[in-house]
Amino acid sequence: MCNCGSHDSLVPQIGIITGITQETPDVKTFKVNAPDGGKLFEHMPGQCAMVCIPGVSEGMFSITSSPTNKEYQEFSIKKCGILTEQLHSLQVGDEVTVRGPYGNNFPVETEFKGKNLLFIAGGIGLAPLRSVINYCLDNRENYGRIDILYGSRSADDLVKLQEIQDVWMKAPNVNVYLTIDREQEGWDGHVGFVPTYLKEIGFSTDCIGIVCGPPIMIKFVLQGLKEMGFTDEQIYTTLELRMKCGIGKCGRCNIGSKFVCKDGPVFRFDQIDELPNEY
Amino acid sequence: MYKISLDNINSLFAAIAESKELFLPVKKAGQANYANWTEDCEVALDSLKTVKSPKDAFFPQFETLYKVNRKIIPTDASEEEGSETLVETKLRTKLEITPTELKDKDFVVFGMKSCDVKGIEALDKVFLTDPVDNFYKARREHGIIVALACHEPEESCFCTVFGVDPADPSKAKADVATWIVDGELYWKAISEKGEELTKSVASLLSDAADDAADAEISNITNIMTKLPNTKLSLEGWGEGKTDEKFNSEVWNELYKPCLGCGTCTFVCPTCQCYDIKDYSTKDGIQRYRCWDSCMYSDFTLMAGGQNRTSQVQRFRQRFMHKLVYFPDRYGMYSCVGCGRCVDKCPQSLNVVKVIKAFENEKKEAGANV
Repeated sequence: MCNCGSHDSLVPQIGIITGITQETPDVKTFKVNAPDGGKLFEHMPGQCAMVCIPGVSEGMFSITSSPTNKEYQEFSIKKCGILTEQLHSLQVGDEVTVRGPYGNNFPVETEFKGKNLLFIAGGIGLAPLRSVINYCLDNRENYGRIDILYGSRSADDLVKLQEIQDVWMKAPNVNVYLTIDREQEGWDGHVGFVPTYLKEIGFSTDCIGIVCGPPIMIKFVLQGLKEMGFTDEQIYTTLELRMKCGIGKCGRCNIGSKFVCKDGPVFRFDQIDELPNEY
Repeated sequence: MYKISLDNINSLFAAIAESKELFLPVKKAGQANYANWTEDCEVALDSLKTVKSPKDAFFPQFETLYKVNRKIIPTDASEEEGSETLVETKLRTKLEITPTELKDKDFVVFGMKSCDVKGIEALDKVFLTDPVDNFYKARREHGIIVALACHEPEESCFCTVFGVDPADPSKAKADVATWIVDGELYWKAISEKGEELTKSVASLLSDAADDAADAEISNITNIMTKLPNTKLSLEGWGEGKTDEKFNSEVWNELYKPCLGCGTCTFVCPTCQCYDIKDYSTKDGIQRYRCWDSCMYSDFTLMAGGQNRTSQVQRFRQRFMHKLVYFPDRYGMYSCVGCGRCVDKCPQSLNVVKVIKAFENEKKEAGANV
């Protein structure tokens, strides 16, 4: 849904930055509103939007806020290239352009309903999963046990730590497991890579696994889950490829007969298995 | 059926151009390409294939989507007082977006061959599928296609393999079908839009019997049966063939001469991949889209180095897309057998060679059993 009249999907809306939180040394979370103060659009957990600084570049980012947030949308963005560096230099009150929401979403209203959920995230990979987690917490009665395993390079690189401690850890029937890659002064939690910690905890297979993080983490987490007895049909992740149009036409994110921007970014592992191995 | 003498054809063009833009094959520097008709241009209706396909008429090589004006303005000081969120500088970036107006004037694409009309069908599948590309849709609504039979198909032609009839453009999804026979242009409206166009130029047309066009149809059909590439078989391609074809060893040798120059994608009537970029001008930033090519190494390149990092992967992608993925998604091939890639690839690599290489593989495999 987009309010740009007859031009639709390729012409963006203006988004005004109404809040900025420095999450980690290289991740900031931006609150974005429509110029009149409302939300830009309604979305579902897992969906993405094209955020652009005109004259710099445009990029696809997952919407990290939950649809249950009725006031604004949030994007957690890691500084790692030309566009993200410029985004990090923006201030409250600055405007960007936003197109979306694009893509499919996690099946929170269908396959996930009534199920136990195991979220496994690494680094900035928490961004898309946070939308799902908060959606589930705000509709707590619709879901069973929620386990969240989240790891980062260091304690300083854990995104949304405040919210994790203040909200998620205190929510009913939710277990949060945090880990960092290397020992660090002042950290008395678990130390070790996410896939290793996953095996140490040894989750039972009575749940759906939802994985997001760097490709190497996803690879070993998937291996771990399968050793633990999870099937491909029980595991969800998101794919990320280069995108320009966001509506399945420009051809960049084409894999087999799918477009990641439109048919994804959320895929079940058995669906990924059917794609040519080119992602 | 109507007709008009070719001696008088310029008056037809002038009549059409009076109320509509007219886009047709024009010879310039020895090459025929679609361009706007002007009184002094050299119309090349006799050219079988323009170098580039006429897809520009609906999907231009370059088009501005919208303009953004960026203003750095000081924020109101009174508003800022007491606010905790605003920090340091008082300058803020404000944006104003002005979308490019959609096409709102009728235009005629004159002389399109049946293969190129079929190419537009493939583009329709992409651009008119939800979410619809309204820039394209507006052009499709306002575009009137006058198709022309292929008087003398060439060796590189193989459109019949993809179910195209080069002899009878009334079978194509065009608005008017035409044939050129013995100095006359024969004219038959085949859609509502075509009827209207016919009415608007009726005073220049005279009634004609079907005989001349019928004779031309059988003449062209006869030529096609003799062309070497029309014997190609598409067996083994199409829906559901991803695993078999993607994992074939054939690609590893076949791709080698490919330079990754992208010529094939630019002359192709169905290639629709595009880029979106910014262009800074004195009075704002223009956000435009332009054709791009899956043959280029940076087409899919991301910060992490992925994906399709080798030319063999990119080469395979182009042909898998045309012959397997596109049929999987849209139920038709994304090749219309126009033969432009056959004519233009500097390394003589093309879709015909790809299909033949797999045919040969099959034969060899059969011989080994």
